[in-house]
Amino acid sequence: MENAYLQLDDLTVGYGREAVVSHICLALRRGEIASLVGPNGSGKSTILKTLTRRIPALSGKMLLAGADIASLPGRRLAEKMASVLTDRVTPALTTCFDIVSAGRYPYTGGFGLLTARDREVVNACLAMVNAASIADRDFASVSDGQRQRVLLARALAQEPEIVVLDEPTSFLDIRHKLDLLEILRGLARDRGVTVLMSLHELDLASKISDLVACVGQGQVLACGKPEEILTDDRVRALYGLERGSYNALLGSVELPRPAGEPRVFVLGGGGRGIRHYRALQKAGVPFAAGVLPENDLDMAVALPLAQRVIVCPATGPVPPAALDDAKALMDRTDAVLDGGFISEINAALLRYARESGKQVVTDASELTEVTL
Amino acid sequence: MAAPVTTRRARAARYTAVFVGLGVLFVLAVFWNIHTGSVDISVREIWRILLHKSEVRREIELGTAGASTVSAYNIIWKIRLKRVLLAAVLGGALALSGFLLQTFFRNPIAGPFVLGISSGARMFLAIVTVALSATVTRVPLWITVAASFFGSMLTMLFALAFGRRTRNMSMLLVIGIMLSYICSAVTDFLINFADEADIVNLTHWSMGSFSGGSWQEVGVSALIVLPTALAVFLLSKPLSAYALGEGYAQSVGLDVRRFRLALIALSSVLSACVTAFAGPVSFVGIAVPHICRILLRSEKPILMVPASFLCGAVFCMVCDLVARTVFSPTELAVGTVTSAIGAPIVIWLMISRRREQKE
Repeated sequence: MENAYLQLDDLTVGYGREAVVSHICLALRRGEIASLVGPNGSGKSTILKTLTRRIPALSGKMLLAGADIASLPGRRLAEKMASVLTDRVTPALTTCFDIVSAGRYPYTGGFGLLTARDREVVNACLAMVNAASIADRDFASVSDGQRQRVLLARALAQEPEIVVLDEPTSFLDIRHKLDLLEILRGLARDRGVTVLMSLHELDLASKISDLVACVGQGQVLACGKPEEILTDDRVRALYGLERGSYNALLGSVELPRPAGEPRVFVLGGGGRGIRHYRALQKAGVPFAAGVLPENDLDMAVALPLAQRVIVCPATGPVPPAALDDAKALMDRTDAVLDGGFISEINAALLRYARESGKQVVTDASELTEVTL
Repeated sequence: MAAPVTTRRARAARYTAVFVGLGVLFVLAVFWNIHTGSVDISVREIWRILLHKSEVRREIELGTAGASTVSAYNIIWKIRLKRVLLAAVLGGALALSGFLLQTFFRNPIAGPFVLGISSGARMFLAIVTVALSATVTRVPLWITVAASFFGSMLTMLFALAFGRRTRNMSMLLVIGIMLSYICSAVTDFLINFADEADIVNLTHWSMGSFSGGSWQEVGVSALIVLPTALAVFLLSKPLSAYALGEGYAQSVGLDVRRFRLALIALSSVLSACVTAFAGPVSFVGIAVPHICRILLRSEKPILMVPASFLCGAVFCMVCDLVARTVFSPTELAVGTVTSAIGAPIVIWLMISRRREQKE
């Protein structure tokens, strides 16, 4: 790719002589965010370790703005590239300010004393990650989320052009994950910092990244825009999901569907069905869903979880065939679950259920007697 | 528990106070050591004998000096001054090597004695003594120094090979204790086959003491320790980067492999030098850096290195004073005193660390 800031060219990484990931090709422009996704042990960290020169590359090239990373002097590289690692940092008696000022290492003099400008940068970096208020706190006493932000500030204090992060969101709760990724997005957007990281959360990867690379089976299986790369089938293959499923649209995984003949018919629509589908899945009750317009929100979860889904066109009247199908299916189930979505067809089906003496419930928890 | 928040100014004041305090204690300890003993010498006399040495000497030569001045002159210049200086130099070296080993092993109870380095030195000294007993009556100083130096280095390498992979304090302790058991077994084995007369040197050495050194020894140890300590101080910046872990140190541009070698070399030189000149002096390497951490409330090497050196010097001077005066005329081994103070600190460290982990 032209104008690539970071370019990995036929790179093979591993330990000793054993290759973990081979023939990696990746090109990132300035200000882009790229995520490496893949199962545990697939070699994401190995790639990042090689890039940050903790272990030597087995073969291939790594270029940073055209310069060979392997031959850059350590200090020059540190001025361009900073990392947030998974290493546990447990210094005693060290304030968050001290941790961040460690990032000034490439710029300070022989004794590492901070100049007024160094202090300014450190304070600015702390502010950038919303950690200015904990600057004087002992690093060992702050929470996981704060700690990760302080470590990011430490990386930023190097005033890098690219930040490499190894699973920065592990151990963080949802809110802190979002905080961290938002900070990264801002960095990329406002300062043109390039970001390369490994991520476990596919949904987050697809939301934050300009580029996603799937690492698995000893190679980069696919690399490109997240919406093109993180398709249902590819994610299933990448993680070896044989029983569960992944939904690219929602960016979430579903557990495997319960096996057997449908025993409950769920009347859904408008997203009302989703929680009932999941409840039935948890209880291990096979079920049918319908009648859902093909563009309904419920479809994304009904398809992977329900034994059968009865679908109708998104516009126009419901075809009589669909209604008949639904009634026939309902005849074979023990109960009907009313999801609470009011529509003409749901009303008709509910009436049919009552007339034919089916148990009608509004929540899966009421079903126990039937299912047991 | 919320961590106390201190401002930069308050911290600077604390650092200044610690260094001024240590400086004052250093001077006091030197004077006190020279002053106290079987014969007490007045401060005025000490002052005169130290600062106007040639004048006093001329008086003695001319026979105009009083008898007490003559004996004070001899006590100061032939016994106490070199002893207190040796204690200061080697005490500083011990504390500093402890601090370096703790940084390297990321373990607050690493130290030359705990890692079995002293026992290794003793073993080598025993081997050399027994081997040479047939040819020489008294093993020359330089061979004693070389043997314990070599023994220290070798044990250090073993400790490194086994202890590098563990961050667990108890495990490191076990490794060190096992190493010293092995070395002691070899030493005892050799002693069984040696003549009493041959091993007098060894027995004396094993006690750990700052006494009996010549001015030459003081000079040589200062020549080794002071430049090494200066080198450590000049490495304060990479030391602080290294404290965050090798990954982060490397990511800010430190050549970790080379630095690691430098760290091992410097701490080995320091602990080997102490072991060679004073024998096994235990626990100073752990106790002193820990005291400094508490005083400074900081782990910054640029503060810790000079503070540890100063504090180690003061600590050993005071312990030596205790060793030779408390049960006078019987003199204790200085290692006895340092252990009595240092071992409880190690126990306390382990207990408080365990409590931290539980919280």
